[in-house]
Amino acid sequence: MTNEDIKTNVNEQIKVLTAKDLSSDQDVRWCPGCGDYSMLSQLQRALPEVGVRKEDIAVIAGIGCSSRFPYYMDTYGLHGIHGRALAIASGLKTAHPNLTVWVSTGDGDCLSIGGNHFIHTLRRNVDINVMMFNNQIYALTKGQYSPTSQHGQKTKTSPTGVIDHPFNPMLIGLGAEGTFVARSLDRDPKHLKEMMIRMYNHKGTSFIDVLQNCVIFNEGVFDLYTSKETRGDNVVYLEHGKPLVFGNERDKGIRLDGFRTQVVSLKDYSESDLLVHNSKSKELAFILAHMNDQAGFPLPIGVFLDIERVTYEDELAQHIERAVEKEGEGTIESLLYDAHTWTIDDEN
Amino acid sequence: MATTVETADGRQTKIVDYTEVDDVTIRFAGDSGDGMQLTGTQFTTTTAQVGNDLSTFPDYPSEIRAPSGTLYGVSGFQIHFSSRIIYTPGDRFDTLVAMNPAALKVNLKQLHEGGNVIVNTDAFDAKHLKLAKYESNPLEDGTLKNYKVFPVPITTLTTRALEETGLSPKDMARSKNFFALGMLYWMYNRPTEPTIEWIQEKFGRNPVVAKANDLALKAGYSFGNMTEVFSVQYNVRPAKLPPGDYRNVTGNEATALGMIAACLKSGLPGFLGSYPITPATEILQELAARKRYGFKTFQAEDEIAGVCTSIGAAFGGSLAFTTTSGPGMALKTEAIGLAVMVELPLVIVNVQRGGPSTGLPTKPEQSDLFQAVLGRNGEAPVPVIAAHSPANCFYGAFEAARLALKYMTPVILLTDGFLANGSEPWLLPKDEDLPDISVPFASDPDAFQPYERNDHLSRPWAVPGMPGFEHRIGGLEKQHITGSVSHDPMNHQFMVEMRAKKIAGIADDIPGQTVFGPQEAELAIVGWGGTYGDIRTAVERLQGKGVSVAHIHIRYLNPFPKNLGEVLSRYKAILIPENNLGQLSFLLSAHYHISPISFPKIQGKPFTPVEIEEKANEILNTMER
Repeated sequence: MTNEDIKTNVNEQIKVLTAKDLSSDQDVRWCPGCGDYSMLSQLQRALPEVGVRKEDIAVIAGIGCSSRFPYYMDTYGLHGIHGRALAIASGLKTAHPNLTVWVSTGDGDCLSIGGNHFIHTLRRNVDINVMMFNNQIYALTKGQYSPTSQHGQKTKTSPTGVIDHPFNPMLIGLGAEGTFVARSLDRDPKHLKEMMIRMYNHKGTSFIDVLQNCVIFNEGVFDLYTSKETRGDNVVYLEHGKPLVFGNERDKGIRLDGFRTQVVSLKDYSESDLLVHNSKSKELAFILAHMNDQAGFPLPIGVFLDIERVTYEDELAQHIERAVEKEGEGTIESLLYDAHTWTIDDEN
Repeated sequence: MATTVETADGRQTKIVDYTEVDDVTIRFAGDSGDGMQLTGTQFTTTTAQVGNDLSTFPDYPSEIRAPSGTLYGVSGFQIHFSSRIIYTPGDRFDTLVAMNPAALKVNLKQLHEGGNVIVNTDAFDAKHLKLAKYESNPLEDGTLKNYKVFPVPITTLTTRALEETGLSPKDMARSKNFFALGMLYWMYNRPTEPTIEWIQEKFGRNPVVAKANDLALKAGYSFGNMTEVFSVQYNVRPAKLPPGDYRNVTGNEATALGMIAACLKSGLPGFLGSYPITPATEILQELAARKRYGFKTFQAEDEIAGVCTSIGAAFGGSLAFTTTSGPGMALKTEAIGLAVMVELPLVIVNVQRGGPSTGLPTKPEQSDLFQAVLGRNGEAPVPVIAAHSPANCFYGAFEAARLALKYMTPVILLTDGFLANGSEPWLLPKDEDLPDISVPFASDPDAFQPYERNDHLSRPWAVPGMPGFEHRIGGLEKQHITGSVSHDPMNHQFMVEMRAKKIAGIADDIPGQTVFGPQEAELAIVGWGGTYGDIRTAVERLQGKGVSVAHIHIRYLNPFPKNLGEVLSRYKAILIPENNLGQLSFLLSAHYHISPISFPKIQGKPFTPVEIEEKANEILNTMER
């Protein structure tokens, strides 16, 4: 079978998949209670909903707890080397644009050892879906600080507290000119699945930072955002075209004063005074990404930015098409004779 | 002797007797901004068309525009052309073109005694003499007394010839390399037409520049023809080359063409993930310029992404390549191990340069053989092959691709900066001369097992998009047949041995080692890669003097050809000239328990045939005693 044959399969009826069809025969070996389970089951639920063929799905990973993900999906998968999942995925998608390519990566894999590939993948806008499992710790190596660990956090390699300033993944995603930048929570499966469907539908690199609880090395670090009692007051959901309302009683909102955000009470203000989310605005995305730098602000969850830009693989394909149109398809003869040639005769 | 006569239409012209010569080496040298590479390339194209065999070698600094006039800013281009078959760019030159004092100083010691030196006298002013660290003017102080000196005010004459163009004096002076080229065309009896045509093609959009270069070229030629300065004109008859169609290629160009040919002959889309690095970059450039072949080039963010994007593309069913040089090879090492483990086809080209570390980026060396054969964590065998001439890089890339596809493995192709930038005429193969190297994808989804083995121990290739073949691969150890992750101790030993056996089995699929010269003798000179031409020239010279000596050039460095041990055993002494400290010597000693004589040269320069000849004589003399 050649790539051409693979392409011709497109017209076949797509079999309706179930989550079970996407589960491999391998036992899932994450720790009981790990947030990774939630990611796996939501992707297995989201993909059947979008109507993709199983053989067109490829899941690529690097190294880390999250990177075992491909083994648990009964799709094509490649478990690569530390930090390089995005490079492998970029090559796969560029070479074979018909596939839907997913990358499972962690905060260390993606932002530390793989940081270079992360920023360059985003700026190129290769159409791959990047799920970053952010537990703010190196878990597979058993508890060292990661580039998203909190300042002062005590870990095995920072017994007196982390002195590195942590990355804000949203800001890197936006700074690297990502076209889809979002955040979700492992403990909010409904939102997670909705985000995955949106990532699938976004043409270009989709990046999601999923705050994921590590039950062994960083238990409870996101409780403020996930526990029933506190999440209402500490999380604000971003929905395009809707005002930023939050609070256990949905009695608070975010208002924009110049470039600065303010938390206001809906007793003093009405919803029409609030900031209305616009996921097409790069400027607003930066403001929201910085919002919870300040104490007393909720953490924004949802799609910060969702804009269109031509994908790398499409533009490359266009360049090739144009060359073929202009020069014709290449042959061995056209190749060998594409410079000045001369003939030596037999009589010589 | 030349005499000036008047032609029927009143022009002055010279009648000069041609001096017939068989073999000429010219070095064009100037500032790195003087256009010497372009001059040399044009001289090469024209010389190829005249029908001489030829070999070229550019020698340029790693700085793009090193400070003008300095010794380290000298850029050179050497061309060796002949009426005979030749293998090297030549050791010493017959004619040196020195555009400034620094170019003279750097190159003079390689000029034959009595050789021609054409100097641009305009550049021999106090400032340039000082920059070249000359205490006195070498044109006047006797430095050149053993040479034939042709003092020509090239800049002045170029400017005068270009007056009608209306260009500024500075811009006019930029065409001086074409003036020099014109003189050399006259001196060596070459036609100017090919370059005139090329100028029109290249600068057609900029008519003023085209006109300037055209005028300068013609002025240079007329200067040779009309003035008394040049009293000699040489003729080099065409070489008796095998009949057929030819083009001139550099090693990097040939490598790129071999990659595309391998894609066409395997029916697979091509992919190159690469990061620019001297001296490998041109391969990426050549491929990027040939989009009609559907070959996708991906200029990655770093060396690691270069190889990893290629691994991704290979997983996706492309014939994937990555190109680099030594430091980049070091960065790619972990990923090459991944390709070994996931058993995907991948060709890695290392255009070697002087090392370690950044080393000598623009100078050739062969010191990455250990790195290629041995340089990975774990037991990670990789087939290694080496190209031995610029045109041979085409076949190197093609063969590497054939092995990668058939054996589902990364394959390393070693070339070097000498081959990559050097050029030679290439007798073009016919489409039908190149074998079909296509491989079947997995075909039965019900029976599919990702790590099942065929008769030559390769696993099946199933590509995303193929229904029913969904499977996972990765860097963790695999269970035999199923490909599931396995930490089973016995399975690990089994799989390590399996991968080793698969690569070792390639020895059954490659040609036996051939020998140039006697099948048994006192001495065999053994080499690999870029030393080919210099060894062959030395061996031909020795054989011409009646010395019994063979040349054995090893193309397959891992695994070695099956008969290599037996072949080597037929010679009393084995001499191995290498541009490293004896890496092939070490590998052959370890494999065959022999004691070769290692002859290392690590100067950022290729061997010269003379050096090899002298060393061979020294060994033979010792043996006689």
